[in-house]
Amino acid sequence: MGLHATQYRGLLGWIDARMPSLMTAYRTHMSEYYAPKNFNVWYFFGSFALMVLVIQFVSGILLAMHYKPDSTLAFWSVEFIMREVSGGWFIRYMHSTGASFFFIVVYLHMFRGLLYGSYRKPRELVWVIGALIFLALMAESFFGYLLPWGQMSFWGAQVIINLFSSIPAIGDWLSTWIRGDYVVGDATLNRFFSLHIIAVPLALLALVVAHIFALHDVGSNNPDGVEIKDHTDAKGRPLDGIPFHPYYTVHDLYGMGFLFMAYCAVLFFAPELGGVFLEGNNFIPADPFQTPQHIAPLWYFTPYYSILRATTAEFMLWLAGGTAVLALLVCLRVRGIWAWLAVAGVAAIAIVLMIVPMVKLDPKLWGVMMMGLSVTVFAALPWLDQSPVKSIRYRPFWHRIVIGVFVVAFVILGYLGINPPTPVRTMVAQVCAGLYFGFFFLMPWWSRMGTFKPVPDRVKFKAH
Amino acid sequence: MTASLQTPEGPVEVDGALDRERRAAVITASVVGGIGCVGVAVPVVWSWAPSEREKAAGGPVEVDLSSIAPGQMKIVEWQGKPVWVLHRTPAMIASLKQDEDLLVDPLSKRTAFPTPPYALKDPSTRSIKPEFFVAVGICTHLGCSPSGPFAPDENPQLGPYPGFFCPCHGSTFDLAGRVFKNKPASDNLQVPPYKFMSDTVLVVGDDKKSA
Repeated sequence: MGLHATQYRGLLGWIDARMPSLMTAYRTHMSEYYAPKNFNVWYFFGSFALMVLVIQFVSGILLAMHYKPDSTLAFWSVEFIMREVSGGWFIRYMHSTGASFFFIVVYLHMFRGLLYGSYRKPRELVWVIGALIFLALMAESFFGYLLPWGQMSFWGAQVIINLFSSIPAIGDWLSTWIRGDYVVGDATLNRFFSLHIIAVPLALLALVVAHIFALHDVGSNNPDGVEIKDHTDAKGRPLDGIPFHPYYTVHDLYGMGFLFMAYCAVLFFAPELGGVFLEGNNFIPADPFQTPQHIAPLWYFTPYYSILRATTAEFMLWLAGGTAVLALLVCLRVRGIWAWLAVAGVAAIAIVLMIVPMVKLDPKLWGVMMMGLSVTVFAALPWLDQSPVKSIRYRPFWHRIVIGVFVVAFVILGYLGINPPTPVRTMVAQVCAGLYFGFFFLMPWWSRMGTFKPVPDRVKFKAH
Repeated sequence: MTASLQTPEGPVEVDGALDRERRAAVITASVVGGIGCVGVAVPVVWSWAPSEREKAAGGPVEVDLSSIAPGQMKIVEWQGKPVWVLHRTPAMIASLKQDEDLLVDPLSKRTAFPTPPYALKDPSTRSIKPEFFVAVGICTHLGCSPSGPFAPDENPQLGPYPGFFCPCHGSTFDLAGRVFKNKPASDNLQVPPYKFMSDTVLVVGDDKKSA
């Protein structure tokens, strides 16, 4: 008859006979997806990120019903939402608090990957797609931040779009093309609105689906970093795995209670969080003639912004030195004259473009490239990390200190990026930028050094 | 139509295994379709360029100089950008001769942000008349609008020199819009085309001599 032989009854059976892919998807991703039973608190953040995505979609759709993407009306339509739309303030703060929470959750989610080597083979693609989600999220946030059309919106967009103008030859044309005008204006606002509410969200959604598909194909990692698929029962189910539904759906719902406690505490009692989640200057309408005395991006961009500012003319010599040392280390590692020549050649060209007078590129352009590198370098982690074991639990103790130093450098960079630069702060930012890139680019060496502990055959788990 | 198919037993003549006519049709259709896609991409990409309205905006702007007292600055809008008209005092003009060793480009030779040649007769003032300085008030680094003018010793970043300070990344400029060394910006502020209609009226955005 052409109907699929179904195991379900009633309406579900009727549907399954005609569209078996629905319940197949449910089984693949929920009831028969086996996740390791030893997940700890770090494993909440993936589900949390999905929850925050839903919050942003719902609150964003509601905001778009009252917001006007027009440079003369935008600021006042946001004030209208805040003051006159029923519950408008709640919807707006849901969205603005959600944006910051998205980054908190995603940063913790990424840090989990770093701790337990979740990006290691066979999960490289899961991680690379995740790195793309991170970039899409930053684009989404940047476009969205222009929409309230406050002083920070305007000048933030002005500075970031002008970053493109530092590209030789096509830079000026490119930044004008992005703005749709010679200065940030109505055309810019209108297109950022379109990008923010449809183009990037579609890309984000597609990437999130790809991230989950890729994960469910290889299976989740766990705090011990051992493969649960190596030990299966007669039916091929991992002995240390439990079905995602109901076990982890219930588990994650419980965790979301804590997420919502923190989220609602900010939403209801400190939606601006002292100017960190919503900057004071953004409550002033955009004024193209007056830059505020102090402008800074939102907190989740400030580590990279600090790296941009730290790349000054004086810093180029250090950058060139770092490149030379790195090239030397790589040369000692690679085999074959051609590989050696390629590494040395690329490094030599880069160093010439950094320091040789007349041919060197503008430090501004190097700053932009360093910033670009700082947000994309995460994607290379599966190949940079050469540790013989995945999980931090079985790596030498001092590896924790290395990761700790990286986190401290990241936080200091973030703190400095919120504040105006001084000569001392710039120097601290330069040291932290060195630690930041050193952590990543020296990883192939330090990650295999030290005494590693034996990794157990099965996951370690004690029932509560 | 026959074609030869490779098998473990050697080549075998198979009827219709490779229809060359169909293959040609597939290739032709792909090429024509590909050209069409590229053709569609052009207007799509071009739709992001400034519209005719934005291109047309920004005609010349007249500035009444009598309302600007010595030492004062007026900001007017030209092409959506802030344009500064600073009425310099003799002391301000004198400061421009003293800072030249500290500047990246004291003679305004770099061309990324142009200075009209008629404003460079005296490179230290960068103006037609020394007492009136006209510049686009947008930092050549990343496009913020510098604050100022600051008096000597008023702004710690400028020190003893009067000038402008960009709050975004700390670039400093003297009262002729010339950038100081070791700052993020490496170009002097742009001087827009301008001319004097009379002693008290200045036109920004137009430097053609009236007939």
